[in-house]
Amino acid sequence: MGELEAIYAIWLREFKVYLRERERVISSLISPLLWLFAFGTGLGSSVSFSGVNYQQFIFPGIITMSILFTSIFYGTYIIWDKRLDFLKAVLVAPISRSSMVAGKVLGGLTDVMPQVLIILIAGILLLGIKLSMLSILYVFGISLLIAIGLICLGLTLGANMSSPEGFSLVMTFLLWPLFLFSGALYPVDNLPPWLAWVTHMDPVAYGVDMLQGAIIGVQHNPVYLDLAVLILFAIAMAITATISFGRMQQTK
Amino acid sequence: MASADSVIITNQLTRKFGELTAVNGLNLEIKKGEIFGLLGPNGAGKTTTISMLTGMLRPTSGSASVHGFDVLHETPKVRKSIGIVFQEPSVDDLLTGRENLQMHALLYGIPASERKSAIDKMLKLVELEERADSLVRTYSGGMRRRLEIARGIMHRPKVLFLDEPTLGLDPQSRQHIWDHIKQLRDETGLTIVLTTHYMDEADLLCDRIMIVDKGKQIALGTPEQLKQNVGHDLVTLKIKNPNLPALQKLGFISGLKQRDGTVTMSVTDIAKNMQKLLNAAGEIESVEVHRVTLNDVFLHYAGHGLEDEHGEGGYFEREMQSQSNRK
Repeated sequence: MGELEAIYAIWLREFKVYLRERERVISSLISPLLWLFAFGTGLGSSVSFSGVNYQQFIFPGIITMSILFTSIFYGTYIIWDKRLDFLKAVLVAPISRSSMVAGKVLGGLTDVMPQVLIILIAGILLLGIKLSMLSILYVFGISLLIAIGLICLGLTLGANMSSPEGFSLVMTFLLWPLFLFSGALYPVDNLPPWLAWVTHMDPVAYGVDMLQGAIIGVQHNPVYLDLAVLILFAIAMAITATISFGRMQQTK
Repeated sequence: MASADSVIITNQLTRKFGELTAVNGLNLEIKKGEIFGLLGPNGAGKTTTISMLTGMLRPTSGSASVHGFDVLHETPKVRKSIGIVFQEPSVDDLLTGRENLQMHALLYGIPASERKSAIDKMLKLVELEERADSLVRTYSGGMRRRLEIARGIMHRPKVLFLDEPTLGLDPQSRQHIWDHIKQLRDETGLTIVLTTHYMDEADLLCDRIMIVDKGKQIALGTPEQLKQNVGHDLVTLKIKNPNLPALQKLGFISGLKQRDGTVTMSVTDIAKNMQKLLNAAGEIESVEVHRVTLNDVFLHYAGHGLEDEHGEGGYFEREMQSQSNRK
């Protein structure tokens, strides 16, 4: 009971802050749409993959990108809380580390999931993507799973980084590679072996594959493999985030 | 060693950061209901001590207990028993004052039936009722601090930690915070541990003070005791024809110095000896008495070390030193 209330408290805080920081909401909505329409239309005028036009092809990838960037941004945002003593006030409260992480993850999902919904609506209305009610729920479920793992990854990074300056390193060495090697922008069937291997190492690629299967009907891996990787990734990251929060409790 | 009414006991509490020993073998014993001050310059190890007492930082060695719970092994129980106001602002400025308190009530498991009345009571106590529903972003520094104090005591802790409670506040806000702290102790019997590097704050608020420097205790006592240990008040006399030999004969005077028509000396037990002093001095134009302050106490201990604790005549050097320090 007490821990549930604590999780609720942390989520409520995140939710209220999210609603009040409109700059964050607006920019996180606009950038995937920019990719979809600027990049998608530009490149799409000369190529098409997997029997669908390029805009439709990258649509699942753009959803993944949106989840990826928002989740990692959200997670690493705790550096700002850390700079003030705000996070300390939560860390010193008599609640467990896992409740803190759970509350934070729920807060992150509140950030990510409305974006997924908006991008989906844009895709259906503007790109002519056809999805049944059931497929929409399916896409939502997959997105949720991808987001949990990535938010926990972001929280882990945020908890272990000492200053916001390290964030550009995260961008260069983590965010962009995770995105570019995920097969979000190109099909992964005919890649040179080294690139195929890198793609197999990228957990985000399994999310992209799942979403491509759900939205445009092209999936390279068996569903159980994609699902297993995503679930394991989410669990592993949740554990890492919890440990990192615990360590932060003892060192800040 | 520990008496029954001790709320905080530490035994050789030590914390090292690599080569640096931030806290070096502190033995604290803080009684129920007292306002206890840790006084020392920045970097003396005050915040590190608080962090260990609140279970935020593991001691390198030694032990500590708060309200009977070991900080290392019973951290959750320690956390339930304490409230804390951090040095840096720690209220969420994108939430309103009321929302901050609501979040705190949930985190500390205050039952739903009591939440609203507890929040209202706290807002009233720190006089923030009218601004309760504005974003904290719009609060002044003093208001934020008051909100943090309200948050710190809302779950009725046994001990309240205040880490530099008036740092960066204007004089009026400081006075306001001091009033609140005193009122709190008087009305609730709460034990309050505060760190400060302001001498006046420690003097005004604390029942007992531990002076710390470089992680070590260098003096402990009530403000009066500490000042008495240093002992000498500084007296400046303007005299027309100073009778120095007569003054020098007085046993309670030391460190006599004359410059033009002004004579300065340090005097023990000024209240008792003033009359004798004036009789001996000659024709007096003006008298100025500078009582010993904690500032003098601190310089006495930190500046000269513990070994020459009763070094006499050092008062003037200290006075000079404090003047140059003030720049």
